[in-house]
Amino acid sequence: MLEEILAQALKQADQAEVYQVTSKSTPISFEANRLKSVDARDSTGVALRIIKDGRIGFSSTSDMSDMDGLVARAVEMLPFGAKASMEFSAESEYAAVPTFDQATADMKAEALVETGTKLIDQLHADWPDIVWSAGVSKSVSSTKLLNSRGCHAEEITSAIGIGMEGTLVKDTDMLFVWEGQSSCRPTLGTVAIIASIERKLHWAEQVAAAPTGQIPVIFTPGAVADLLLEPLLEGFNGRNIVQGSSPLIEKLGSLMVDPRITIWDDPTIPYIPGSGAFDGEGVSTNKLPLIQQGVIANFIYDLQTAGQAGTVSTGSAHRGLGSQPGPDTSVIVIAAGDTTFADMIAGYPKALVVESFLGAGQGNTLGGDFSANVLLGYAVENGVVVGRVKDTMIAGNVYNILKNLDALGSEMEWVEGSLRTPAISCTGVSISSKA
Amino acid sequence: MRDLIESALKGHNADYIEIRIEDTETTNISFRGRELDEIGHSAGKGGNVRVCVKGGWGFASFNDLDSIRSKVQQAISQARMVGNEKTELADVAPVVAIVPPHIISDPANVPLAEKHRIMEEYLDLLWGGPKIQTSSLRYADGHRRMFYGNSQGTYTEQSRIDVNFWASAITRNGGDIQQASISMGSLGDFGLVHRMQSEVAELPQKALDFLAAPQVQGGEYTVILDPVLAGVFVHEAFGHLSEADHVYENPKLREVMVLGRRFGGEHLNIVDGAKIPDLRGSFQYDEEGVEAQRTDLIHEGVLVGRLHSRETAAKMGETPSGNARAIGYQHPPIVRMTNTIIEPGEATLADLLEGVKEGVYCKNWYGGMTSMEQFTFSAGETYMIRDGRIAETVRPVMLSGNVFSTLENLDGVANDLEMNEGGGCGKGGQSPLPVSNGSPHIRLRKCLVGGA
Repeated sequence: MLEEILAQALKQADQAEVYQVTSKSTPISFEANRLKSVDARDSTGVALRIIKDGRIGFSSTSDMSDMDGLVARAVEMLPFGAKASMEFSAESEYAAVPTFDQATADMKAEALVETGTKLIDQLHADWPDIVWSAGVSKSVSSTKLLNSRGCHAEEITSAIGIGMEGTLVKDTDMLFVWEGQSSCRPTLGTVAIIASIERKLHWAEQVAAAPTGQIPVIFTPGAVADLLLEPLLEGFNGRNIVQGSSPLIEKLGSLMVDPRITIWDDPTIPYIPGSGAFDGEGVSTNKLPLIQQGVIANFIYDLQTAGQAGTVSTGSAHRGLGSQPGPDTSVIVIAAGDTTFADMIAGYPKALVVESFLGAGQGNTLGGDFSANVLLGYAVENGVVVGRVKDTMIAGNVYNILKNLDALGSEMEWVEGSLRTPAISCTGVSISSKA
Repeated sequence: MRDLIESALKGHNADYIEIRIEDTETTNISFRGRELDEIGHSAGKGGNVRVCVKGGWGFASFNDLDSIRSKVQQAISQARMVGNEKTELADVAPVVAIVPPHIISDPANVPLAEKHRIMEEYLDLLWGGPKIQTSSLRYADGHRRMFYGNSQGTYTEQSRIDVNFWASAITRNGGDIQQASISMGSLGDFGLVHRMQSEVAELPQKALDFLAAPQVQGGEYTVILDPVLAGVFVHEAFGHLSEADHVYENPKLREVMVLGRRFGGEHLNIVDGAKIPDLRGSFQYDEEGVEAQRTDLIHEGVLVGRLHSRETAAKMGETPSGNARAIGYQHPPIVRMTNTIIEPGEATLADLLEGVKEGVYCKNWYGGMTSMEQFTFSAGETYMIRDGRIAETVRPVMLSGNVFSTLENLDGVANDLEMNEGGGCGKGGQSPLPVSNGSPHIRLRKCLVGGA
């Protein structure tokens, strides 16, 4: 069918590209310590991009009986379309990046229910005052991309994810703990999930005085994902490079942060959600260093922004069905340092450990600024966690604080499936709290 | 469509079944800098079945409408895996209604060339003034037709047309990058895009002012919010806490959120309702076929109501409020806000400013979030208040607070109600949902401001 759409589109365009995604997911949800619903979500859709006389037309649909409409709408866009700074990809051979496991695909809803029930039952038994909710979800999706330059890319991915949240209410004091994992394979570390939740609850048992003044801030791997990643990565995005709205323009090759910091985008890691052999335009993916020993190494581009910047795509096009591709990162890895998390905490007379945030990414992050309420964080006194802090906000600039890196953790953790990072401690973060 | 839905509903063994089918059509135009970035016209069709058996839910969504009957069976077998209690849904009289769309000016009647031309005029406004680094300008319209039926005899056809407009000016000085933005939406009114000129024309100068402005010193301040940001405040700081799905199965939270609890002074009145007409959160029937209402949430400082689905209302022994909503057929309906408003008081902005020696005045919004107890919201513009006057510009700030103490510390409500119809709400993986919120100017004592 995609070949027919391509043929029909080429009657009215110089180049054409069709992109189809079909997915089946099974989300199971638990609320108030028990199973609440079993869902099955099937979706399919096709997006068409065409180029004619140097302009781009686009349309998409989830109505598989309306392929004539799809082509007609894309053609209708042409007179107004963006100026094409690219040709579609001509690749059709890709290195293998495994992202599908038949055992995940074969998992029945009953098995997902059982996994969630076991976790909830154990947590509920250990912490009866806490109300637990959870989501366990499995999905299989297949992607197919064809274009008039001979690109033919097909991929099937499987994924399983689990997220647990506990809510502890003591009058108007509320504590939220969350932990989650995801993978392409059906091997989730439920033991690690429970251990992490137990550590959080243990540290949050007491409420500690909100810290004041200039003290070091320790970002757990979850906090790196939640607060620092977006303002950091935005500066590498080809769209912001082309528009001049990145603080990193003209900084390629410059030392911008502490030389212990090395970060790469690596969609070639097997069985990680976010990995894949090709990007949303059929361009091969690669392990791409973004920061090497503190030096800005690469920016990320899709075909169009690469064309505008006079360079080549880094295989970083991401897309949904409803809109055209744009550059984005896939699987971010931050290299480990040499300080264990325990030593990091033990080394400070006073520090703030931050775990999760409210309002992260809510302000202007283009220049690397961040600001958020500390949803879960703890005060450290004389090298020991003494309790949870409340009514505390932190703010700063991600480039400045990574210049003031104090210690880099030695233990790497996967967070939210597509980030692998150690804990990071920095100075130069402003802390504001209620009097 | 009615025959298709009603025949698929027949002959099954479940406590409750509902079927929704939708078709959608969207147009979007976006510019980055001076160049057109993306223009597209897309369509979609799909549906879902939601079933309750013995209190357990099964849900199936699909694009292939031919499979609808088998999807009903699938959702029933899923619900059976869950249910081992009693199905409790608040009683609602069945309705059959074909609701005409709310249209003031239909974007479908405006040729693409005209939409494109209007956006180019805004581009000239952004680039014709003080020098900016770049800009972002987006327009989108969407038409969603919804066909809904349930096993209790309700059948509705509704349709909504949304129009959205965003503009942003970005300035830069070395590694320092600032932006000033505006977001606006309407229900069924393309005329919106003819009314944004003065606000868009101001953006470049604002973004330049931010570059030159200092950061505020973080800490507690007396804060005055303009009606737009106060609308975001009421949505985040109180609205989400009034959604019964957070509360109904948590016994401790039910104690905290007991009706009759005092949250603030007698000047504090908060309502929500899709029945309030002509706003982005307005509709006639919610996504469970319940007629829209106007619900008093806080009356003279006291909690008097909350937002419900049929299930949360039944389980709390309260009346359904028509707040079950979904962003589209891919998702089940959950309890959501519609149009949330702090009702106007007697004061003027000058009254609120009077006597504030050092404070912060915040306008427009960037975003907001809540964890129920704590919330954050961020301002599009921020100024210091000095000796009762709005003084110098500072960098836009994020504000944060605890809902219980912040509403107690809300000590001034002005008389100048305005609605904020920009942005959208996110909850449970469903975003953006069209909502509106509004307020007059309000004053908060001891509000935590993030900063240097």
